[in-house]
Amino acid sequence: MEILVCVRRVPDTSENEIALTSAGDDIERDDLVYSVNEPDNYAVEEALQIVDRVGGTVTVATVGGDDDEEILRREMAMGAKQGVLISDEAFSGSDGRGIAAILRAYVQKNHYDLILTGVQAEDGGAQVGGMLAAMLDYPFASLVNSIEVLDAKLKISREVAGGNKEMNEIDLPCVLSIQTGINEPRYVGMKGIRQVASVEVPTFDASDLAIDTSAVGESAAKVGRVDYFLPALGKGAEILKGSREENIDKLIELVKSRGGLN
Amino acid sequence: MARIFAYIVHKSGLADDSAAELAAAAAKIDPAASPTAILTGWGPELDAVSDALRASYAEVWKIANEKLAHPNAELVRKALVQVLPPGSIVLLPHDYFGIDLGPGLSIKLNSAFVSDVVAIEGVEGTCVKAVRQEFGGQVSTHVRCDLSTGAVVNVRPGAFKPLESAAVSGTVVDKSSEVSALEAKRRYLETIVAESGDVDITRQQILVSIGRGIQEKDNVAIAQELADAMGAAVSCSRPVVDAKWMEKSRQVGSSGQTVKPKVYLACGISGSFQHLAGLKGNPFIVAINKNPKAPIFQVADVGIVDDILEFLPELTAKVREVSGGKAIAARTGR
Repeated sequence: MEILVCVRRVPDTSENEIALTSAGDDIERDDLVYSVNEPDNYAVEEALQIVDRVGGTVTVATVGGDDDEEILRREMAMGAKQGVLISDEAFSGSDGRGIAAILRAYVQKNHYDLILTGVQAEDGGAQVGGMLAAMLDYPFASLVNSIEVLDAKLKISREVAGGNKEMNEIDLPCVLSIQTGINEPRYVGMKGIRQVASVEVPTFDASDLAIDTSAVGESAAKVGRVDYFLPALGKGAEILKGSREENIDKLIELVKSRGGLN
Repeated sequence: MARIFAYIVHKSGLADDSAAELAAAAAKIDPAASPTAILTGWGPELDAVSDALRASYAEVWKIANEKLAHPNAELVRKALVQVLPPGSIVLLPHDYFGIDLGPGLSIKLNSAFVSDVVAIEGVEGTCVKAVRQEFGGQVSTHVRCDLSTGAVVNVRPGAFKPLESAAVSGTVVDKSSEVSALEAKRRYLETIVAESGDVDITRQQILVSIGRGIQEKDNVAIAQELADAMGAAVSCSRPVVDAKWMEKSRQVGSSGQTVKPKVYLACGISGSFQHLAGLKGNPFIVAINKNPKAPIFQVADVGIVDDILEFLPELTAKVREVSGGKAIAARTGR
């Protein structure tokens, strides 16, 4: 099975407090730690496990700039055979549809049986996979939390309300968005990254992929971010500001008054 | 302004809560508009929902088709594309169904798509100005979305308060005959109901709930010890389940359990809306988190900025001391 996994580099929220610039038009990006969008690691792991079972290769691709190559190498260190950087200044400012159109052009120049994405990105909207599928006329399923390979189709489950599983059969080729928790993504150490450091990562631009640049990028975007702001605060918690010992005493008193302790 | 449609999710003959919320969202786009409900399905359940919607929507477009008995997003999309007028604005709930349907629908309608909208601040020219959240709710953004070729807008469940408007006496328009040839490359098989775990967190008065801040599986014992001392149970947020530190049956949230305790101790939980969606009955919420900017502090009653790995063991010791050896029957085991 030939599998493509679409990945993205995003600011790592577990490593950063997100702050706004003084102008308020962007988040403070100078000291941000970036990493692979966490759900994408689950998608790559799932692809690797499928290939272990039925054979084939895993390719990871991202639409971005030179800085994004590092996440391709990280996913190659996990075991992906090939990394692909899809990069062109004309792609800058693309909305979800634009990114999906760029990926479609790449997919059409190649052959994949299965295309995976992470369920959503930190700053995205769980949209590119479903758009890409519709553009390719492939079937799509979101929030996928198990995959079983049958002949020319897959048996999958989707995570629906209450932790229930919606079982579906889906024909290949298809696009799936992978929910976190589907597997345990393997650990990648520095050694693994060093081993793939010299593997060539091909870059494709708009002309390589015969992309009409008037259909992508900022000018074609129907949707765009205007600014960032801090959400209006709710009433907010009463923050206990004593020593730890004082806070514990106060907390026990409060919990008792709410019937939470005898 | 183009016609606004609210896609109605329904189950067992009843409309989802989002039916009223989408009407409220439509009013934010165009206060003068009268949005049209559109729904798909089959049989008496579809008829019952359509009829009930007449009280809140002036027009209800019903698409009955045996193949739509279970809401398969691919088939629903194919039906909607045949029925919706060009340039329509379509509102969907951003839930497991809307996430499945919305992006592809926008491509097939050649319209804009904006995802997970939490507020709408009106229309400027041909663009609607919507609010979204990023980075787990730490920051918000204004997003402009061009409506001139239509749009699919996925609306976050619970974000829009239903309008208190007088009942209307709407009409049901049967659009079933406009739909033909529904074939899907994805087929629904069955729904498997989640297994209940060893502990039923939906029946607990007190929950010690842990999030990513617990850091590793071995530390779950720290929370369990506190729960034992308090006669509580341990629940958790999604990252703890994803990391396989606790069973899925312990997860609070829209993709886990809905709980209604009296007291909820959120320990190292950032407080995503998906998590909070599982918290009902107005519990007394205590948030303990070392990040003072964690969104959980906005919804908690009491907050403590501290490291749970140090704070919880000391709290446990004090709870044991206060209960003075008076053994609190632990309502739960491990």
